[in-house]
This record gives sequence, structure tokens and C-alpha cells, in this order.
Amino acid sequence: MGGETLSALHLLFTGDPALLAIVRLSIAVSLSATMLAALLGAPLGALVALTRFRGREVAIVALNAMMGLPPVMVGLVCYLALSRSGPLGAWGLLFTPKAMVIAQTILVTPIIAAITRQTVEDLWAEYRDELTAMNVGPIWRVATLLWDGRFSLATAFLAGYGRAAAEVGSIIIVGGNIEGFTRTITTAMALETSKGNLSLAIGLGIVLLLIVILVSALAMTVRRAGERFAG
Amino acid sequence: MTMVRAPSSDLPIVFAGVDIRRGATVLLRNLSFTISAGPPTVLVGPNGAGKSTLLRAAMGLIAPTSGGITWAGRKVPSPTGRAIVFQRPVMLRRSCAGNLAYALAAAGVVGADRQSRLTDLLRIVGLEAVGDRPARQLSGGEQQRLAMARALARNPAVLFLDEPTASLDPAATKAIEDLVRAVSDRGVKVVMATHDLGEARRLAGEILLLHRGELIESRPAQKFFADPVTEAAKRFIAGELLV
Repeated sequence: MGGETLSALHLLFTGDPALLAIVRLSIAVSLSATMLAALLGAPLGALVALTRFRGREVAIVALNAMMGLPPVMVGLVCYLALSRSGPLGAWGLLFTPKAMVIAQTILVTPIIAAITRQTVEDLWAEYRDELTAMNVGPIWRVATLLWDGRFSLATAFLAGYGRAAAEVGSIIIVGGNIEGFTRTITTAMALETSKGNLSLAIGLGIVLLLIVILVSALAMTVRRAGERFAG
Repeated sequence: MTMVRAPSSDLPIVFAGVDIRRGATVLLRNLSFTISAGPPTVLVGPNGAGKSTLLRAAMGLIAPTSGGITWAGRKVPSPTGRAIVFQRPVMLRRSCAGNLAYALAAAGVVGADRQSRLTDLLRIVGLEAVGDRPARQLSGGEQQRLAMARALARNPAVLFLDEPTASLDPAATKAIEDLVRAVSDRGVKVVMATHDLGEARRLAGEILLLHRGELIESRPAQKFFADPVTEAAKRFIAGELLV
């Protein structure tokens, strides 16, 4: 075990090209998915927070529940939709990084939407009187609430990224774990461990751990900055 | 103070038989009175008398359950021309100057005029030195003054103040009261709620005594304090508890 760890560290410090390619793809896929999820989830969360409609409570419960969507389930649904005989089969996306981005976007969107909903709703309860008295219109209200909640929303973004970076279930199904094309940190770890190639698995595990720690540190820094600069 | 008055005024504000209820609770009962131009109108009365509800209704934030309110004869108030400072004003999560810039933008002040108005308002409320500080980190008195500046950014003809000095120390209270006088001297109609009789004596031109949602007495301040008509007013001025 000690020897495997030393080999893993060697791979890391020598900048093993295979390992770096896997890390690059992982970051690109998860970051793309998180940005797409933010574009979809933030307005959706704000909309649910600020509008009153029939079944709103059910929608909120569903949104919160979807934060815990099983990745394999999302992977399976995406697989069925993107496979040649599926409704989106003509797009030819199955077993490509784009398919992985789609699957992770579906996983992360509810997280960002749910946190945005809570943040915006809390802020609206606080700001309602002032913004109404200032005669601020609906679109500007939403913009104000999103801007003033930016530090909490940045934390939501980072939480979403953390979820995407660490999941394996959906991307292994829709990506296929193809070497040099759709192999990411988590899918490679699963494969290399099953093959007994522990040094690469451990090396990737260390990178994944560092990413998760970095995301957590960033989240804390963002929150502190929010307290310091915006009160 | 280089404030420019709003071109059109919402005065007089006329309450005619106004009732405001929330469920079974009566917040205001059959109120009829007129708010006209002139020195500050001060609403006094114990907690729960309906002072804040009255201010919100006069601001146009709450609709009467029955009866009617008119602003310069109109049933709908103009979108500008009135401003309110709530008892616990909420500071937006941005700097002191950022809060003011937001209020000026909301009031439709654009371009170079916005910066000059912003500088002017910070000076008026004595917050030039803390313009860059996060508004939520200001002291209670500073936050009240910033809230006043935000309200003045609307260039109101009528300014509603809901207990603006509640929980402030004497120095901060004096700063706010000086500001209220300065604003009033510039021709802005101030309508203010307080349960501090000393403050009412210092600032009021006219007093409205409210109790349990009803208007008990409405008179010029000097007459109200020298020669109250109702038993409730006599007891209130004597410092007795109205329950």
C-alpha cells in the first residue's frame, strides 16, 4: 500500500500526461455543467421564490428532493434519451463529453435552484417593504435580490461544482469511460481500482480530494468576503 | 441643503372613514382626517395604536378595507413624491454610497446628476466619511441617517418617518431631529410616528393621538399639550399608561 501511494505521488509530481488529461477533462466537464446549471437553476429558483402559484409548496418539496437525485438514475435516463433509438438519439451525443455535461447539469440544477430559492425568498422577506416603497419594478427586484444574494449564490455554485466533481454514477453510464476521450477522475478511479492499478487510482483520489478541499475553502472565503464587504 | 422639491405634490392626503382590518383584528377604525402642507404632523400613542399602519396606508403601501384615501384628490398616489423611513430600515447589502446610488436610480436620477446628488445627500446626513463602508456595518444612528438620505433621494414632497429615533442614544436622536427640522424647513411635509412625548413637543406642528386604531384627538401641538380635550389625551400627556 505504501509503495502504491509513493507511485501515486510520483505520478502527481512528475505531471504524468495521462493523469493530467483526465484531470483536465474532469474539471472542464464539471465546470461546464455547473455553469449551465447556474444559468438554468438561478432564474428558476428566483421564479419559485417570488411567484405564487397553485402547487408551489409541492414544487418546492420536489425541488428540494431533487437535490438528492441518484446519479445512476440520471445517467440511465440520459442514456435512454441519448441512445440511438432514444428521442435525442439523432444528436449523436452518447459517449461524448457533451453527454456527461448534460447528465451533470441535470444533477446540479436542482441544487442551485433550491439554494437560490431559499436565498431569494429570505432576502425578499427582508427587502419587500423597502423595495416596494422605492417603487422598484419586478425585473429590477429580481436583479437586486440575485445581486445582494451573490455571496450565498456563489456558495451554491461551489456546492454544485463539488457535487459534479465527485459523482461517478451518471457520467460512467453516458460517457462510457473511454480512455483519452470521456475518462474522468472518478470513472478512472473506479476502473483502475477494479484493475488493481492502485497507484493511478490513489493519485487521482488525491487530486479529487484536493479539488473538494479547494472548493470548500473557496466557499468559506466567498462567505467571509460577503460578510466583510457587503455586511 | 440643495434639495429640489418634487414638481407635483400628493398633498393634501385625505382619510375618509378609513378602516383597515387583518382578519378579525381591526388595525384602524373609521379614521377621517387630512394631512396638509405645513410643519410636521406627529402621530403619538402607545404601541399597537395603529401609527405604523396609518403611515403605511398614507404612503400607499396598504389599501383600506373600507373608506377611502385620496392624494391631492387622486385615488391613486403618484409613483414618486412620497418616501418612508421604516422603524427598522433594512440596509441593502452594499456600501453606504451604494445604498444611496440604488435609491437615486430607483427614483430615476441618472447620469452625472446621480453622483452630485449622492455626494450632496451624504453631506446632508453627515455620512461623507463612511460612504465606502458596508451599510450593514454602520451604527444604528448612522443607519437611520442613511435611511433618511435614501428617502430624500426620492425628492419627496411628503416624508413619512416611523419612530425614527427609537432605540437611539441622545446624540443620535439629536442628529435625526436636526435633520427632520432641516427637511421640514425646506418645505417637505414630515409625517412622523413616535411614542416619545418629548420628541413630539420638540418637533410637532400638529399632533394626532391614536389609541387602539382610533383617532382620539387631532390638534395643533401647542394646544394639544397646553389644553388637551379628551380624557385619554390628558392621561397620555400626564405620563399615564393607555392600555
